[in-house]
Amino acid sequence: MAHALRGQAAVVGVGLSEFGEVPGWSHFELMGQAVERALADAGLKKSDVDGIFSVVDRASLPAAMAAEYFGIRPKVMEGTMLGGSSFVNFLQWAALALQAKLCDVALICYGSNARSGKIRPGGMVPIPYESPYGARLVTSYALAAARHMHKFGTTREQLAEVAVAARAWARMNPKATMRGPLGVEDVLKSRMVSDPLTVADCCLISDGAGAVILTRAEAAKDRPKKPAYLLGVAAETTHQGIAQMHDLTVTGAARSGPRAFEMAGLAPKDVNVLQLYDAFSINTLLFLEDLGFCKKGEGGRFLAGGTIAPGGKLPVNTNGGGLSCVHPGMYGVFTIIEAVTQLRGEAGERQVPGAKVALAHGNGGSLSTQVTSLFGTEEVL
Amino acid sequence: MPQGAEASYQEYLAKGEFRIQRCNSCSNHVFYPRALCPHCGSSDMNWTAPTGKGTVYSTTVMRRKPDAGGDYNVCLVQLDEGPRMMSRVEGVAPKDVKIGMPVKARIAGGGEEEHFIVFDAVGA
Repeated sequence: MAHALRGQAAVVGVGLSEFGEVPGWSHFELMGQAVERALADAGLKKSDVDGIFSVVDRASLPAAMAAEYFGIRPKVMEGTMLGGSSFVNFLQWAALALQAKLCDVALICYGSNARSGKIRPGGMVPIPYESPYGARLVTSYALAAARHMHKFGTTREQLAEVAVAARAWARMNPKATMRGPLGVEDVLKSRMVSDPLTVADCCLISDGAGAVILTRAEAAKDRPKKPAYLLGVAAETTHQGIAQMHDLTVTGAARSGPRAFEMAGLAPKDVNVLQLYDAFSINTLLFLEDLGFCKKGEGGRFLAGGTIAPGGKLPVNTNGGGLSCVHPGMYGVFTIIEAVTQLRGEAGERQVPGAKVALAHGNGGSLSTQVTSLFGTEEVL
Repeated sequence: MPQGAEASYQEYLAKGEFRIQRCNSCSNHVFYPRALCPHCGSSDMNWTAPTGKGTVYSTTVMRRKPDAGGDYNVCLVQLDEGPRMMSRVEGVAPKDVKIGMPVKARIAGGGEEEHFIVFDAVGA
């Protein structure tokens, strides 16, 4: 019997703000632009929204602030801070709230002016027992990459394939920030930030916002755009601070992934296109392994030769990802938006032909919170 | 009521003693200091003196401009007793800190800042 949540909710609207470098715009102003576009996309009015799911870098009560800003009084408010995966995590709670009829129209929204406002993700509350050592966010990911290289013989060239593939996809996305050519040698020659990660292995710091609107599946059929049905979603956390991560080569995705697939009644072989939160190149490699697209330890060899690049056998991060498209601090919402865009067949030059099943995976903190979601078109419902 | 684990940990360090917790219920060692054992949930934990010996589990060189202080090491050290902690290895160049390297704990900091643990390479 199908899981009680499978296919019960659907994304009916998505919106992106202008992004990249957008000086003079606050985080809520950018969010407003994304929300306006998502509502138009869904053919809904802001007064239809009765559930708000939001976190932002700077707001004490983000869901209440978003509600106030848009002038709505939602019945359901959610603002659980899991870092960048928060928005993928919201899918689970939005689907439940919709199914239980606690609300009818759920809005997931995010905005940030991290680039123009010079806000760094390191602005989080320092972790005691880590702060004296000068660790930054990148440090955790570099430690994971170094451990993977040590344990499995993964090379910097193999890691670089992640950034190269992301750039090749970005070059087909007119909205992507970084669209110049990038090869493996370019990545290796880039400025080292935290060994073994160069600046080309690290995500952008962008201004930008995204919004996603969900309704119950039966209501989704009345909306103008082809619904993207939420088939599975599952979360897992293994630690907050990197020193407490049991095995730096295995993330919580190794457990969130199988549970999301089980809910969806699908397997990795069924997925046509993936959006994996690539805060750093090592993320994509770890998630491909943990989500079952290759065996643990074989990610490096799997990536070699453009496997996830345009023309490769597994399209990953088709918008260009956090590495080359946009990354305002918490990227998770953008994985959902690109997944939906692909399932609708609206991705233009970068469209994966006939994509029916899309995976969007969120990561938060220092590989701390992992949330996997699976979307499908009506054909796989 | 006696003070919490974090204050006790700092108090030991200030006296020049590196102490970690050991759970009386499940016998696991615990770092960082906390109120409940993360393995079994017990609050029955004692302070114990670790050997101070450990092994580098992973390591990175944080690149920094020379005029800002130059490159520095950040690593994770697995103590012989089991727990892992973030730290740095001193006395060798950051790039020469390697995974698997045996290291020994030493108390640093103090004065205006809190005390913390750094490591020296064994035999370096």
